[in-house]
Amino acid sequence: MSVAEQNQKLNWKKLVSIRTPMASTTKPNSAAVNPKNNSARRMQIPDRLLGWIIPLTVLILWEILARAGMLPPNWLPAPTVVGQTIYRMAAVGDLWRHIAITLSRVAAGFLLGATVGTLLGGLTGYAPLARKLLDPLLQSLRSVPSIAWVPLFLLWLGIEESSKITLIAVGAFFPVYLNLSVAIRHIDPKLLEVGKLYRLSSFQMVRRLILPAVLPEYIVGLRSGLGLAWMFVVAAELLGASSGLGYLMVDGQMTGRPAIILASVILFAGLGKTTDWMTSAVGRRLLGHRAR
Amino acid sequence: MLNDSAHKCGRVDIQIEQKLFAGSQSKLLALRNIILTIDPGEFVCVVGGSGCGKTTLLRIVAGLETDYEGVVSLDGRKVIRPGLDRGVVFQEHRLLSWLTVHDNVAFGLASLGSKDLPLPERKTKIRHYINLVGLNEFEYEYPHQLSGGMSQRVAIARALVGRPQVLLLDEPFASLDALTRMRMQQEILRIWEAERTTVVLVTHDIEEAVYLADRVVVMSSQPGTITRILPIHLPRPRDRTDGEFIQARRLVHDEFFAPAPQS
Repeated sequence: MSVAEQNQKLNWKKLVSIRTPMASTTKPNSAAVNPKNNSARRMQIPDRLLGWIIPLTVLILWEILARAGMLPPNWLPAPTVVGQTIYRMAAVGDLWRHIAITLSRVAAGFLLGATVGTLLGGLTGYAPLARKLLDPLLQSLRSVPSIAWVPLFLLWLGIEESSKITLIAVGAFFPVYLNLSVAIRHIDPKLLEVGKLYRLSSFQMVRRLILPAVLPEYIVGLRSGLGLAWMFVVAAELLGASSGLGYLMVDGQMTGRPAIILASVILFAGLGKTTDWMTSAVGRRLLGHRAR
Repeated sequence: MLNDSAHKCGRVDIQIEQKLFAGSQSKLLALRNIILTIDPGEFVCVVGGSGCGKTTLLRIVAGLETDYEGVVSLDGRKVIRPGLDRGVVFQEHRLLSWLTVHDNVAFGLASLGSKDLPLPERKTKIRHYINLVGLNEFEYEYPHQLSGGMSQRVAIARALVGRPQVLLLDEPFASLDALTRMRMQQEILRIWEAERTTVVLVTHDIEEAVYLADRVVVMSSQPGTITRILPIHLPRPRDRTDGEFIQARRLVHDEFFAPAPQS
């Protein structure tokens, strides 16, 4: 690096430090003493911010193009229009009803699927006989594309809530079942021997060894189950519902209002992300100080 | 309070006619004709190459292997399953990654309810053994924060916290580096002297056996059987470079590599 270049960098740094006096007072030496080190820091944008650059650019471009009339509003309305649509629906109160019904479907379906997944996963993981009896069947059912169940569920359970919840439960079931079953099967037998050595009862064995040992994998299973529950609620609501975010999408499509479709997509994304974040936060709490 | 040596005994009688392992096609004779009596408070090392059945022998005494012909008894009671009267340390520490040092040691008392062992007493015991293995500063650390030697100390504390009459160690220092291993050998002697339990330690390291044991039991393989029992009369602490020590080591060594007598 030539002296001139270094000087340039120093000048640039000075400018920055004048514009941000706070930074220069907290790190008094950083600007002047070590320019090389500093130029490296200047280039460093936190990874999290990096991820925002492209979406924001696209969003701004989209807004500009839409306002300039280059994007037909009945095809791709501006982001602000989508935002206004969400706001208007929320203000009227309609939106809350749709969100609530979708959330309750996800919750009911996920709870049902995760509960059955936990029971069967625990059983097949723990008892080899149950595994030999059940696992081949469940594995082959897993290879059925889940949407293929829809006609059957509609026929059996009607168009009401139960068919939707069942479909969501099927989606949530498999990851929970698989992760738990495999995790229990893969517990280090040497650890189980420690339990045997200290005369743990079967119940203590489950509570003190098996449960904590499989917890990380189980939480991963719950998280993917929840993700699939969100996927399947969309499918269920697209295929026949009179309320919910999925219904809003169909409604938007039927009445030619893309803003409503986009608004629903955004809400689905936001809600899905929120519930996933909540599960992972609970998981992190439960796993505490573990090395994994 | 914790040194109530009155209940302590720990006489182990081993009479194993044979122990077979069922393979896919043939049966493997793992142990044959093992007769050994270990006195209360004695430190016995079992030396043998891999596959000589020394670990199997230890697992039988621990109660983890029950399918064999013969009788193993502890203070006259037949061993039929694991119990708190025997503490076991494996080659791997086998600590539970989700528990602190304290809770891992407490795991050794897991089967005892609060009626068998009131909480304050339980805590005192756990602390006592954490102190005994020299880890009082690490009581609330997790296993992944500990070195190999420290983890093995926790495993020893866990094995001892139930106040066993017999401590069974299966190559406990084999996966430690040489210097840590020597320090742990001194430590186990110190702990043995403090606790006065009977100790059976299985190893493939002749020097380790001669350094630690009152008696060295030499085993040969196929079938696993005792070829010789050598008492080591050297005073402790033993000097590994001392002439008598080296002589004792040579004796075991010769026994080890001599052809096994037909039994």
